[in-house]
Amino acid sequence: MENKQTVLGHIGFSIFAWIVGLLIFFPIFWMVLTSFKTELEAVSMPPAFFDFDWTLENYAEVQARSDYFRFALNSVILSVGSTLVGLLFAVPCAWAMAFNPTKRTKDTLLWMLSTKMMPPVGVLVPIYLVFRDWGLLDTRFGLIMVLFLMNLPIMVWMLYTYFKEIPSDILEAARMDGATLLKEIIFVLLPMAVPGIASTMLLNIILAWNEAFWTLNLTTADAAPLTAFIASYSSPEGLFWAKLSAASTLAVAPILIIGWFSQKQLVRGLTFGAVK
Amino acid sequence: MKRVTGAALCALLAGGVTFSANAETKLTIATVNNGDMIRMQKLTDDFTSKNPDISLEWVTLEENTLRQRVTTDIATKGGQYDIMTIGTYEAPIWAKKGWLAPLDKLGADYDIDDLMPAIRSAVSMDDKLFAAPFYAESSMMMYRKDLFEKAGVSINGRLTWDQTLDIAKKLHDPDNGVYGICLRGKAGWGENMALITTMGNAYGARLFDENWNPTFDSAEWKNALSMYVDILGNYGPPGATSNGFNENLSLFNSGKCGMWIDATVAASFVSNPKESTVADKVGFTEAPCAVTCTGANWLWAWSLGIPTGSQKVEAAQKFIAWATSKDYLELVASKEGWANVPPGTRMSLYQNPKYLEAAPFADETLLAIDSADPINSTMKPKPYVGVQFAAIPEFQGIGTAVGQQFSAALAGSSTVDEVLAAAQSSTDRTMRKAGYY
Repeated sequence: MENKQTVLGHIGFSIFAWIVGLLIFFPIFWMVLTSFKTELEAVSMPPAFFDFDWTLENYAEVQARSDYFRFALNSVILSVGSTLVGLLFAVPCAWAMAFNPTKRTKDTLLWMLSTKMMPPVGVLVPIYLVFRDWGLLDTRFGLIMVLFLMNLPIMVWMLYTYFKEIPSDILEAARMDGATLLKEIIFVLLPMAVPGIASTMLLNIILAWNEAFWTLNLTTADAAPLTAFIASYSSPEGLFWAKLSAASTLAVAPILIIGWFSQKQLVRGLTFGAVK
Repeated sequence: MKRVTGAALCALLAGGVTFSANAETKLTIATVNNGDMIRMQKLTDDFTSKNPDISLEWVTLEENTLRQRVTTDIATKGGQYDIMTIGTYEAPIWAKKGWLAPLDKLGADYDIDDLMPAIRSAVSMDDKLFAAPFYAESSMMMYRKDLFEKAGVSINGRLTWDQTLDIAKKLHDPDNGVYGICLRGKAGWGENMALITTMGNAYGARLFDENWNPTFDSAEWKNALSMYVDILGNYGPPGATSNGFNENLSLFNSGKCGMWIDATVAASFVSNPKESTVADKVGFTEAPCAVTCTGANWLWAWSLGIPTGSQKVEAAQKFIAWATSKDYLELVASKEGWANVPPGTRMSLYQNPKYLEAAPFADETLLAIDSADPINSTMKPKPYVGVQFAAIPEFQGIGTAVGQQFSAALAGSSTVDEVLAAAQSSTDRTMRKAGYY
């Protein structure tokens, strides 16, 4: 009886999970489907699911109008670059807070997180002026700095959580064996925190990839990533959904593929602690 | 493997900080994603072949993003763009602030007097052109000739809003998927407010009196808004509060609207068989009047301007002269046909028999643009320039807030009296804070 209930529970839970999964996936599916329609079919009511004239016209148009690979390369450089620079600062910072906490550590962590609550538009003009005066407008370097600073609080928080679960005795043992601080972090702490670091990196790459405020406002052409590429396909007057869907499909494809292949690490990193 | 990965990452980062050098003059042009603008991008080989020392970099953005982006840049003198696509709302404000360079070197053959007078005055200050109109639009009514005939309705002269209401009642047949009228319901200063302000003008209202006091508490505004809520609420499509230009365009093109009052630029979309299922059944007429026809149709032009922060004013003027010239219209016609020529800016276009033949809506478009005057657009005197907006920096915020309140009246969550009182009070507060009185 109990077994039967457990099996039914599992089935019910699986069905629920599938429904939630399909609901979340549906917009992406619809976007991909729309990208193969004509503009007229894209807005037709009732909408057609599979019974329409499939066309690659939108992809051809998008490719002809925009240099997709330049935008994609910028997205890769900005997201990976800002994450790597972020790690350089976040690892020592999280180490200090996890293994050498002070009375103010918790407050500092909360303060760091609170900076994320500020609406970015509130600091747009000052940052724009700084960028203008330092010649950083429309440069990848400037964008990497902004994205790295924007994601730093989250990186520190995530790494702090992982590091907290590593027993400090292990690090102490390494110190007893004569390891310097740098060696202790590189050879003892980091290998144990690999899942945590991997998931932190992945999450930050995704956050930087999707960032659409600073990347739109601080770039024009040279450093513009895929967010600017997508923004160029929305039109105030005229039908644009099919072309916008094709552009969006091309824009999300790389991150979707990376996410698909690394989902195991991502889920493990997000759900388990460092040494569990 | 690790070394290779490391080297690749280093190269990637190094790539991130390199700056490209270019000897030729590169013009960076910010523009919107409209059909005419995209066409211009495709035809720029003609310009670069004539001017081999100038190269073009296009930055195409969604309208609201573009507005925010170029406003930030021009206000801070960021110098990121050499040419900006701006509307008739921005042009006079920015010219007054000294943010735009005067266009005084467009060449002897530019024929500035050929520009439509209403459009020219909308982008000029002290008789100097500060932006060159690329394409312009007014508003007009598009209607289904077959449905009019079926309902026994004919148009004799310019319609009034009362007559439009009667026709909407006759055409409204939701059981068969046809709604009497489609109008903008989506909140925003460039969305529902554009239409409702022209309705207000037709009912004798104005946004501000001579002393900059808002006038939403007037009887004229009550009449206009009551008509809007009545006609669209009762004889419009369901969920009209989320319909803007594109939503109504797809409704009309799929045969669900008996009438649609919107931008004249829509005429080419609804009569294009590739986009519209009712292309051969569409008629065009002027936007309805009420107590007056003054200001009953709006005026808008996308124009090209040069920010004073640009270091390449001379090259930028060369490009603007090319893109807004009569020769450019000929170029588009030779490549894409006369129906695809950017409309509304040059009088000579409307005397061209080839264009008149290719564009069945040309006469009504010309009539609408010609009759819209941004200076004299209300029955009573007013202190602002603009038909469907007031060209003051505060209007974007005011228009958006009031548009949301009007949208609430359409949704039925507030009464007309309530939203007008709220609009009056919020606008009064903004104008006071801005120091107008």
